[in-house]
Amino acid sequence: MKRGNTIFFKKPPRVRSYAAICGSKEREGVIGGYADITLADDMYGESTYEKAECKMLSGAIRLAVEKGALTDGDIDVLFSGDLLNQIISASFAARDFQFPFLGLYSACSTMSESILLAAAMIDGGFARNCVAATGSHFASAERQYRYPLELGCTRPPQSQWTVTGAGACVISGEGGGIQVVNATLGRVRDWGISDVNNMGAAMAPAAADTIMRHFKDTNTLPEDYDMIVTGDLGALGSRILKDLTWEKGYDIAPNHVDCGEIIYKVIEDEFQGGSGAGCSAVVMNSYVFTKMNAGLYKRVLFAATGALLSTVSSGQGESIPCISHAVEFVSV
Amino acid sequence: MTGRNARNCNKNYLKYVRALDPPTKHFKNCLAAFGVGGLICTIGQFFRYMLEYAGLSGDELAGTVSVILIFFGCLLTGLGVYDRIGRHAGAGSIVPITGFANSVTSPAIEFNTEGYIYGTAAKMFTVAGAIIVYGVFSGAIVGIIYYLL
Repeated sequence: MKRGNTIFFKKPPRVRSYAAICGSKEREGVIGGYADITLADDMYGESTYEKAECKMLSGAIRLAVEKGALTDGDIDVLFSGDLLNQIISASFAARDFQFPFLGLYSACSTMSESILLAAAMIDGGFARNCVAATGSHFASAERQYRYPLELGCTRPPQSQWTVTGAGACVISGEGGGIQVVNATLGRVRDWGISDVNNMGAAMAPAAADTIMRHFKDTNTLPEDYDMIVTGDLGALGSRILKDLTWEKGYDIAPNHVDCGEIIYKVIEDEFQGGSGAGCSAVVMNSYVFTKMNAGLYKRVLFAATGALLSTVSSGQGESIPCISHAVEFVSV
Repeated sequence: MTGRNARNCNKNYLKYVRALDPPTKHFKNCLAAFGVGGLICTIGQFFRYMLEYAGLSGDELAGTVSVILIFFGCLLTGLGVYDRIGRHAGAGSIVPITGFANSVTSPAIEFNTEGYIYGTAAKMFTVAGAIIVYGVFSGAIVGIIYYLL
């Protein structure tokens, strides 16, 4: 069934299992105790950061499949993507597996987009088990989007810190205590922010648009959710999101949590918090799903946001188009 | 979100975001830049006195001091210390010659993974290229003006 841009699943697919791997800086924070593997060394024993990112992603997928008591043969399709050019981490990680792969690029909202597609695939009857996964690495993202790591420059106070980590979950027709009940497809929003260091402000309108359309389509209010999770808006972006939704009569402030804002314990160089595809992937696939399985949160709306820019577009002075897909989880 | 309404809305939004932006701490950055930049220059001056004492003078002296500072800039970059200094130094670690050494060495190390030719050598001047081009260009302009005067 479909209302507006929200799809409602007839027989809600379930999150059968999930796994997360995070880097050394992330394990100091809230997710340290919940992630399956925390790395002491961000190189993960590899020779390059790109290989390390790929290994993390591959490891997370492998763990999620194993935790769901499944084998490669049981998985019908893997939905995955990452931040690097030509989504190399995801496609290279897919080499390690025997199941089909559909590559996605939705920047930092890849986690919600992949869960959404996996759930739709299962509810449509085209698959029994799907894997949704994504990840990012601070060093590889920094090198692609910004400056070399060792360059001694001062970071602006609006900037965020790309999360080193990867998360994967198996979406399945049965098994697991978390249902994916509906999902709102995102629209690309661009309100004219062109400062690449201010992603929170660029992405907040997209998040506000999707979240409010979700409320409208599902006839719900912010109070109906135990938690409204956004991906990587950071402290500044979260503040803007709350203002934008409040203007339209939805007060999400009491239930809103931003993965980027909570992921680091001490804000030292991160300024506004974490960012990157791995940010929401790690937090959802460790902390949030664990707490939902334990029954602490009953109903969670997850709206990850992505900034769809490239170094070429920002070099040419283009503003930053952004997107946000929302997925609603209910624990049963 | 197209047409005139969108443009108005954008302008309001941009204004609103600018009001919320955490301010760049100019005063603190200037102070840090003064301290760190000054310290680097003082160290340079220290080498200068030492070398002068050892008997060097003129162009030889200036050249040797620069080489020593460039060496330490590269070494500290390789050891991963220079970026930590730079994070808190405002522009104090960028402006002296050690900053230039850092901007050449850091991409050279970073892109080493793509090989010595297409990585290290080709990407070495991605950051410093702009400095070299406009440095030489403005040097030439000033030279011409000087000649005409």
